Amino acid sequence: MARPPRSFPLKGLFIGLKRTAIIFMQTMFPKRGIKTVLPAPTIGAHTVQYPYKSPPEVPVTRARGVIALKSENCTVCMLCARSCPDWCIYIEGHKTKAPPRRPGGKERTVSALDRFDIDYSLCMYCGICVEVCPFDALFWSPEFEYSETRLADLLHDEARLNEWFETVPEFEPYEAGSTAKVRKVPR
Amino acid sequence: MISSVLAIDWSNYWQQSIFRVLGAAIFVILGAGTFVIAFLFKMMSYMQSRLGPMEAGPHGTLQLLAEVGKWLQKEDLIPSRADRTLFKLAPYIVMASTFLVVVVMPFGPDAYFINVDTGIYLALALASLSVIGIIVAGWASASKYSLLGALRAAGQLIAYELPMVLAVVGVVIQAGTLNLQGIVAAQHQGEIFGWGGIGNPFILTQLVGFVVFLIATQAELAQPPFDMPVAESELVTGYMTEYSGMRFLLFFIAEFASAAVFAALAATLFLGGWAIPGVDLDDNVMNVVGPLVLFVKMMLVGALIFWARFTFPRFREDQLQAFAWKALIPLALVNILATMVLKVAF
Repeated sequence: MARPPRSFPLKGLFIGLKRTAIIFMQTMFPKRGIKTVLPAPTIGAHTVQYPYKSPPEVPVTRARGVIALKSENCTVCMLCARSCPDWCIYIEGHKTKAPPRRPGGKERTVSALDRFDIDYSLCMYCGICVEVCPFDALFWSPEFEYSETRLADLLHDEARLNEWFETVPEFEPYEAGSTAKVRKVPR
Repeated sequence: MISSVLAIDWSNYWQQSIFRVLGAAIFVILGAGTFVIAFLFKMMSYMQSRLGPMEAGPHGTLQLLAEVGKWLQKEDLIPSRADRTLFKLAPYIVMASTFLVVVVMPFGPDAYFINVDTGIYLALALASLSVIGIIVAGWASASKYSLLGALRAAGQLIAYELPMVLAVVGVVIQAGTLNLQGIVAAQHQGEIFGWGGIGNPFILTQLVGFVVFLIATQAELAQPPFDMPVAESELVTGYMTEYSGMRFLLFFIAEFASAAVFAALAATLFLGGWAIPGVDLDDNVMNVVGPLVLFVKMMLVGALIFWARFTFPRFREDQLQAFAWKALIPLALVNILATMVLKVAF
């Protein structure tokens, strides 16, 4: 491997100092022209003062914001509730009869969902429930603005979880040449 | 300001003592607070294109008060196997060494706490006391992280004490005195090849000494790139690991107060202290203006120290020691030799 040409010793130190100084000046004095002398770090910095200004609209891929539920796909298999490390998913259901698939067939036994709650005051956003769901009923949504003043209000019921489903983005496209079956969000 | 109060013959030991303690406390707290807000909160953020704290007060200027309030509320934890007496004592030793250095600092012709002939010697001796507090903290915590951090700190502080002292020796030789007032006067009345327009700040002749002093200061403060003792990825926070609440706050204040004190010391030794270059004012005026001038110079030196702090990554332990013993100390010795020769020659 070719070694870099010898420069005067400690050159890197000065390059580093210069770099931080440049960023400092850019942040401190971002304005051009006559206003250059006025320090305006709120304009110069990359920081967005979030609650006062909304962040730029950028698609946040794979963001773990909130877990969305598609109730129609849920079979009350309880896999998510059992795999949840801190037991924040509450599911209740009952057996019921559904009409036969083909005319003249036998009535089917299905599970009906009575209750599906996720307690976000307990949830640690590990995403195991989303991974483990075999019926495409749970999805990650990038929404994050659901803080509450009361702890109990962080318990999202089925209706609320179904609302979050509207915000679920499409899955990221696979890499070129991938032979895996392409999954789609069941709209 | 200070002088007018000092000039009164208090003839009362306790009144003067209380006044001096208050003065030193104001310097330490103001210095540490300004350094934290101006450099740690704001300069660091801007260097990383961030804003830093913005909520408490205009542009987050009162953030430090909020932080102090938070720390004071925290539980004062002491590990069960810790040596309780030493554990409680350690932050105060570190704090005391910082306070004591302020005592010899000159702020104006008459604005000083004490004026001893061996001022800079006393300052450096007192500054090196803090290592005892750090070792005590590490040992008393009964934690391996703390002990390792304290041992690293001891090795580093002793290694960098030497180049710091040697860098100062150059100044002392040139000024011909150990007295800090004398060093300030020597710079103010000095001449550059017969031209006395701005005096002779020793940074011009002792640039090598200044650089060595700043690097050694950086190491003495155990801040990046010399923060092996508190290397958070290996040792949590080194000797401060087991400390919380008020006692951690004391360590924190001591760290930044000693940054301020060392910056003021560097300003006194190399930038002319409280004197305005080329301006001769009445002593009574200088007693008021002097502290402000020293403050401005202190901020300049502080900006240099913290600029390096926020730029460079950490040294490895062996690099750190090699840098002190193989680079800084020979450099400082050569500087002393050159100063000696030139002092005799001119």
